[in-house]
Amino acid sequence: MDVKTGFFYFFAAVLLFASFRVITARNPVYAALFLVLAFFQASAIWLLLKAEFLAIALVLVYVGAVMVLFLFVVMMLDINTDSLRQNFWRHFPLAAGVGVLIALEMSAVLISGFRISEEPKLPGAASQVAQQVSNTRELGKLIYTQYVYSLSVAAAILLVAMIAAIALTLRQRKDSKHIDAADQVRVRARDRMEVVKLAPTLPYAKDDAGSAVGAATGTEKQP
Amino acid sequence: MTLTLGHFLSLGAILFALSIIGIFLNRKNLIVLLMAIELMLLAVNMNFVAFSHFLGDIHGQVFVFFILTVAAAESAIGLAILVLLFRNRSSINVDELNTLKG
Repeated sequence: MDVKTGFFYFFAAVLLFASFRVITARNPVYAALFLVLAFFQASAIWLLLKAEFLAIALVLVYVGAVMVLFLFVVMMLDINTDSLRQNFWRHFPLAAGVGVLIALEMSAVLISGFRISEEPKLPGAASQVAQQVSNTRELGKLIYTQYVYSLSVAAAILLVAMIAAIALTLRQRKDSKHIDAADQVRVRARDRMEVVKLAPTLPYAKDDAGSAVGAATGTEKQP
Repeated sequence: MTLTLGHFLSLGAILFALSIIGIFLNRKNLIVLLMAIELMLLAVNMNFVAFSHFLGDIHGQVFVFFILTVAAAESAIGLAILVLLFRNRSSINVDELNTLKG
C-alpha cells in the first residue's frame, strides 16, 4: 500500500463523513460548511487523478461562488428548522435500503469489471505528449478548438442564468419616493409647459352693450 | 495494493447513494435538497474524472467542465427561486408548496 493509496483512503473517508453530515446536519449552515469540506476532499482526490485544472476550478467555482451563495441564502432566510425536521428518520429504513442497494450493486459491478490499475499504454506518441504537456494546457487546447461551440453555449447558459437570477429576485419598493433619472433626462420642454393659443379679447360692440356679460364669456374660446 | 479504477468508481457510487438517502431524509427542507443534488453531481463528476484518467482520454474532463458550468447555473437559479418562494410563502417546507395541487 503506497502513499497514494493511503491518501486516497484518507480523502475518501473524510469526503464520505462530510457528505453524511451534510444530509443529517440539524442546522443548514453546518450542512453548507460540511459541503464545503466535501468539495475540498473531492478536489484533493481529483488532484490524485492528475486533473489539476478541474480540481482548482472545483474549489474556485464551488467553494468560492456556489457555496458562498448557499451560505448567504441560508443566513438570509429565517428558517424554522424544527418543523422541517419532523418525522426526519421516518423514511430512513427505506432510504437506507435503496442507498445500500445502489452502492452495493454499483460497487460489485465496478470492482469486478474495472481493474485498470496503472497508467494505460496508449498507442503511439499521444501518451508521451500528454505526459509532457500540463493538464490545463491540454484541456484548453481541446476546449478552444474542438469544443468551441459548446463553450459558447455554456457561456450563454451562464449569462441566461445570471439574468434570470437577477430578474427573479429584483424587487422595487412601492413605498419609496425615488426619482427615475432616465425620465428626468428624457423630458422635453413641451411636456412641462404648454403654450395655449387664445383668441384676442375683442372690444365690446356698441350696439349690444346690454348683453355685455354674455358676450364677455362668449368671446373667450379655445383655439 | 495500488489504486484501480474500481476504487474511484465505488467512491462515486457510495457518494451518489448517500445523496439519495439525503433526498429521502430531507424531503421537507428545500435547501438541503439542493445541497444533495450538488453532491450527486459531484459523484457523477468523480466518475468522469476517474474514467478520464485511467483511460487516458481528456474528453471526460471537458465534459466535467461543462457539467460544472451547468451545475453553477442551476444552483444560482434554484436559490433565486428559493428566495422568491420564501418571500411569498415565508416557508421552504416542501409539504406546504401545494398551490398547484387541485
